[in-house]
Amino acid sequence: MKLFLDRHNLKSSFCRMGVLLALASACTPAYGIPAFARKYGLRCSACHEAWPKLNNFGQVFKDNGYQIMNDRDGPIWQNVSYFPVTFRITPQWHREDNNNMAIDHTAGVSTSGLVEAKVTTSGFDLSGLDMWTAGTLAKNISFLVLPSTDANGNFHFESAWIRFDNLLDSGWFNLKFGKHELDTPISEKRFLQLTASGGFFQLYHFTPTTDINSFGGIGNNQLGIELTGHSRNSYTRYALSLLSSNSGGVNLPTSQTYDIYANVNQAFELHNLGLQRVGVYAYWGQSPTYFLTSAGVPIPGTGSGSRPFYRAGTYGIWYIRKLDFSTLYMRGKDNVFLGTGTPFNQPAALPAGAHAPTWNGGFVETHYTWSPQLILVARYEAIRLSQQAFRIGTPLPSGVPLTRDFGNTDAVVFGYRWYPIMTSRAGLAWHQEYARVRIRHAAPVTGRDETTSSFLMGFDVDF
Amino acid sequence: MSLLKTTVIEMLGAILLTVLSGPLALAQEVRVGDLTENAKQGKEVYRRYCVGCHGQLGNGQGENAPHLDPKPRDFTAAVFKCRSTPTGSLPLDTDLFETIGRGIHASAMPSWYPLTRQERVNVVASVKGFSPRFHEEKPADPVPIPPEPPTASAGIARGKQLYKKLECWKCHGQEGRGDGPSASTLTDSKDRPIVPYDFTTGERFKCGQSNQDLYRIFMTGLDGTPMPSYLEDVTPDQAWDLVHFLRTLQVSPEKHMSLRDLVRRPSHVEEKLNR
Repeated sequence: MKLFLDRHNLKSSFCRMGVLLALASACTPAYGIPAFARKYGLRCSACHEAWPKLNNFGQVFKDNGYQIMNDRDGPIWQNVSYFPVTFRITPQWHREDNNNMAIDHTAGVSTSGLVEAKVTTSGFDLSGLDMWTAGTLAKNISFLVLPSTDANGNFHFESAWIRFDNLLDSGWFNLKFGKHELDTPISEKRFLQLTASGGFFQLYHFTPTTDINSFGGIGNNQLGIELTGHSRNSYTRYALSLLSSNSGGVNLPTSQTYDIYANVNQAFELHNLGLQRVGVYAYWGQSPTYFLTSAGVPIPGTGSGSRPFYRAGTYGIWYIRKLDFSTLYMRGKDNVFLGTGTPFNQPAALPAGAHAPTWNGGFVETHYTWSPQLILVARYEAIRLSQQAFRIGTPLPSGVPLTRDFGNTDAVVFGYRWYPIMTSRAGLAWHQEYARVRIRHAAPVTGRDETTSSFLMGFDVDF
Repeated sequence: MSLLKTTVIEMLGAILLTVLSGPLALAQEVRVGDLTENAKQGKEVYRRYCVGCHGQLGNGQGENAPHLDPKPRDFTAAVFKCRSTPTGSLPLDTDLFETIGRGIHASAMPSWYPLTRQERVNVVASVKGFSPRFHEEKPADPVPIPPEPPTASAGIARGKQLYKKLECWKCHGQEGRGDGPSASTLTDSKDRPIVPYDFTTGERFKCGQSNQDLYRIFMTGLDGTPMPSYLEDVTPDQAWDLVHFLRTLQVSPEKHMSLRDLVRRPSHVEEKLNR
C-alpha cells in the first residue's frame, strides 16, 4: 500500500494538510537530491532519515562519491536521457519578530534619533532556488555543481567541486577539489530547519560582536582541497581540508593565507538501539586585520597582518531507536587583534586590558522519526563568552557598559516535517517550524537583550 | 467538522491498511549469530529501504520496478538465487542476511552493509514474512564446501574439459563471454529475458566474489534462472577444477578499472580482480 498521494488525489491530501495544520499548529531541508533517487531507483528514505538529513546508508553513498559501488555508477550505464539535475525551492508563509530593533524616532526622518521598537513582518514568500547537478563523470570520479539564487534571483555558486574517489583502490583516500561543504560534525546543509532564526547553527557562524574576523564559520562552504577516508560502512571516517582564508568567497576577496580543518569520527552499534557516532573536529585559520588601500578603499585580496583563530570541539549522535540526539560542544578563540578590530600594524592601538575573546557553546538537537514520512525536531543551543575582547565595563556603542555576558546567545527551535510525497522520483515536505534566539545586551540603543523569533510553514519541493 | 472527521477516518484507515498489508505478521524466527529479529522494526526498515523496488507486498512490484533490469525479487515466491542450500530449497537466514549485506552486483540492489547488523536481521524477518513457504518448510542442510586444493595446470585443463562436457559453453560461450548459442533464448522463472554471466568482464558474481562463492554457485545453482545445480553431476574435486578454469577466463577491460588502474595500468590488475 502506498500512503497519501499514492492512493489519494492531490486535493484530498491538501485538505488533510490543512486540517493537520489547524490541529497541530506546531508538525519539517538543504541537500536532498532526487536526481540520485531517479538514477538508482531508491526512495528518498533510503539515504535520508528524513531528507535532507542523511542516514548511514546515505553517508556511505556520499563517502563513496555518490556511488553505490555496483560497477554501474558511471554515466555510461545510464539511459541517455538521464541528466542528474534537481531543483529545490520552498514556497512559504513566515513571520519574523525582533523585539528591539533600532528605528528612527520619526519614520522617514533620519535625524529624529534612534529608538528601539518591536518590529514584526509576515506574509507569503519564497526561499531561494537551488539547482543541483551532481553524480559521476566516470567510475570513481564524482562532481557536484550547485548554482543557487536568493529569493530575488541573485545568483552564486554555493558549491562546485570534483572528487577523485578510492585512490590507491582504497576508500581511505578520496580527494576533493573546489568549493565544498566542510565535513562538519553535524551537517548544517542537511538539517531540518528553515527559518531565518533557526535555519542555521548559531555556533557554526558565531563571532563576538566587536570581532573583525572574516571567517564566516565552519557552516560556510569553503574553497580548497579535502582529503577524506572511510571504512566500508563509514563507521570510521576522517576528513582533512586545506582551504583558502576567504571563507568560501570567490575572486580571492580577503587574503592569501590558508586554513586547516579536520574531523574524525567513529560509529558503533549499541545492541538494537541503533548506530551511535562520536567524533572530534578542529578548524585553525587566519584572518587579516587590515588591507592595503587605494584612496582609502581596501584592495580585495590584499588582507595583511593576519592573526590566528580556532574552533574546536567534540560531538556525538545518539540513537534510541526512533529517537535520536545530536550533541555538540565547541570552543572558539580569536586573536586579540581580531577581537578588538585592531590592525596588527598598529599594536599601540590595542585597547588597555584587551584579551583574545574566547567562548564555549553547544547544542542538543533531537529528532523523533515517527516514520520515513514524518519527523519531529527540536533544538536548544547556547553560547557563552568566557572572555570578552574588551575590559569589562568598557562602554558599548549603546553607551551601556560591557558585561561578562554580553553576546551570550540562546536559541530554541522546534517543528516537524511531513513528507506526503516520498518516491524514487521526487520529494515534497510540509514544513512547520518555530525558532527563537536571544542575544544578551545586543539591543543597539538600550543594550537590552535582543530577541528574534521566526515562524514558518511551507512546502519544501525537491524534484 | 465533517472534514476533520473524514480526515481522521482516512488516516485511521491508512494506518490499518499499513498494518494489514505489510509483511505477514507470522514472520518466522530469524537467527543470525547472536542476533534475533524484531519483526516490527523489520517492517519499518523494509518500508524505508526496500519498498520502492520490492513493493509493499513483497511481490517485486514496487513503484520503481518497471524501470529496473533485472527486475526486483518477488519474495512471495520464496525463490532465491543466492543460497548455500541445494536447488529448490529455501535459503538459510544467513544466506538472506549475506545477500542483503552484499547486494546483487550489476543490479539495482545495492549493498546494505551500512545498515546495522540488527537492521539487516530484521529485514530478513520481513522478507521471510512474505511467503508461506517459510512457515511450511525448513531449509535443507547447506551444501558442504571442502577446502580448496591448490591451483594447478592439470586441474585447469580438467576444468576446461568439464566446461565442455557440462555444456557450460552453450550459455556462457566458448571463451566465457556470455555469448553461447543459447544465450539469446534464456529466460528466468517469470519468462523474462536473462543474460548469462560474462566471465571476461572480471566483474564480481551476483552471489559473491571468492572462489568459494563460485563453487557454491554451480553446486547450488541460481534458482529462478536457467543456471542449474551441478551438485549431482560433479565431484567436489571436479567442481574445484572448474572454478580454477573459470578464473582463467576472467580479464579486466578498461571500463572496470579504477582511477589508479587507468593512470598507472599496473601489471597485477588481472590478479587483483581475480582474487
